Amino acid sequence: MVDEALLRSLTPAVLGILVRRGADFAAAEDAVQDALVEAVRVWPDDPPRDPKGWLVTAAWRKFLDATRAEKARRRREDLVDAEPEPGPAPTSDDTLQLYFLCAHPSLTPSSAVALTLRAVGGLTTRQIAQAYLVPEATMAQRISRAKKTVSDVRFDQPGDVATVLRVLYLVFNEGYSGDVDLAAEAIRLTRQLAAVVDHPEVAGLLALMLLHHARRASRTVGGSLVPLAQQDRGKWDTRMIAEGVGVLQAALARDRLGEFQAQAAIAALHADAPVAEETDWVQIVEWYDELLALTDSPVVRLNRAVAVGEADGPRAGLKALAELDDSLPRHSAVSAYLHERDGDLRTAARLYAEAAEKATNLAEREYLTRQAARLNN
Amino acid sequence: MAKYLLLKHYRGAPEPVNNVPMDQWSPDEITAHIDYMNAFADKLKTTGEFVDGQALAQEGAWVRYDGEGRPPVTDGPFAETKDLIAGWMVIDVDSYERAVELAGELSAAPGKDGKPIHEWLEVRPFYGTPPTITE
Repeated sequence: MVDEALLRSLTPAVLGILVRRGADFAAAEDAVQDALVEAVRVWPDDPPRDPKGWLVTAAWRKFLDATRAEKARRRREDLVDAEPEPGPAPTSDDTLQLYFLCAHPSLTPSSAVALTLRAVGGLTTRQIAQAYLVPEATMAQRISRAKKTVSDVRFDQPGDVATVLRVLYLVFNEGYSGDVDLAAEAIRLTRQLAAVVDHPEVAGLLALMLLHHARRASRTVGGSLVPLAQQDRGKWDTRMIAEGVGVLQAALARDRLGEFQAQAAIAALHADAPVAEETDWVQIVEWYDELLALTDSPVVRLNRAVAVGEADGPRAGLKALAELDDSLPRHSAVSAYLHERDGDLRTAARLYAEAAEKATNLAEREYLTRQAARLNN
Repeated sequence: MAKYLLLKHYRGAPEPVNNVPMDQWSPDEITAHIDYMNAFADKLKTTGEFVDGQALAQEGAWVRYDGEGRPPVTDGPFAETKDLIAGWMVIDVDSYERAVELAGELSAAPGKDGKPIHEWLEVRPFYGTPPTITE
């Protein structure tokens, strides 16, 4: 068996070296993929002493072969004939540059996600296609177009960490659960990013992911959603929570608060409560206020209304909710919950049914339908 | 990153602007129409937004369970059925706006006299996956 985790962790460094040696990004990326495939084939019988060196050599050879074939067709420049310069030693900067390139603002979110998973994550096109339930040919086109889009971007051009974080957040939060565990992959990529760039929001996102991932085993039972308050907290991964809290505390200590740190702080307060009733809702409301100061989003206001409902009672929550546009996603679900807590079961049942109709995923629809049914019976 | 179904109807959609049945077009007009549909699908394949596309025959039957140990009951086809699906395309796009834009483009397929049919297409979102981070 090949240590796939090791292979994939070497991907960005190997790709960085090829690009530094003068290979263009798109061709280098293809060559690295080919080298990964060869490694999976060859390594079980003939494990290399220096896996990274092996991959660099194999990828560079693949790149030369491809370029030669290309050259034979189109008579291209002499890059090929020159012996490869050893090139500058790869640095962690190369990995960071790859993240920037794959999350370049000229890419659409879905292209940035696909390119990041392949070029930085080392996943195959087929794996990515399966993870997003699209045909492999479609994903191949998406990736090849994405590469074309960034082909003129200079590799050493500085990028914005925030765009990278948005891409990683998407990978974590919106993947299907297929053969590839996208949430775990997002954590791995965020960890790797945190190792090469010193930025409190990178740490904030990593903490946020860890704190949510730690609850994964308790989030569904038999495919049905279990709300936070009813989750079996004994199933929470306490080591992962401890790691998330540690990462978060170190980030907060630097006093450069950002959106992800604030979200992680809220997740940490939930994780901290041994039973739902002991949740420190007052502090959670304060964190929502911080979050609102950073990003005035209607979704945050909606979640804040839930927290207010817990901290100050359902009436206060409903009052906070009344200030919000009722066409917001999940507005009726929140309203149903607060009405139920306030004892107005008829209104709650009606609102749960309404919320079920508006749900954007099946698990939520079933959960909300069940709530309406529970109150109607 | 959301999937949408673009649904084409034989019957049941509001009337299109250029509403001449296909059997009254010239063969070239039919060819032009089919070419347009194929080119549209090909374009979506190159943009990485294509998931699936199928056309359905007009005939079909209704089928239902008829109790333990009994064969299913079939009935129909019902000529009077109001809604009749002609085919679909499934796309995977970044936004609802993009889905609407593409449906609009598909609806511009040429019909009689080479003019766009302005056919009404139904755009339906797929259910996605529950997000992990909700609070």
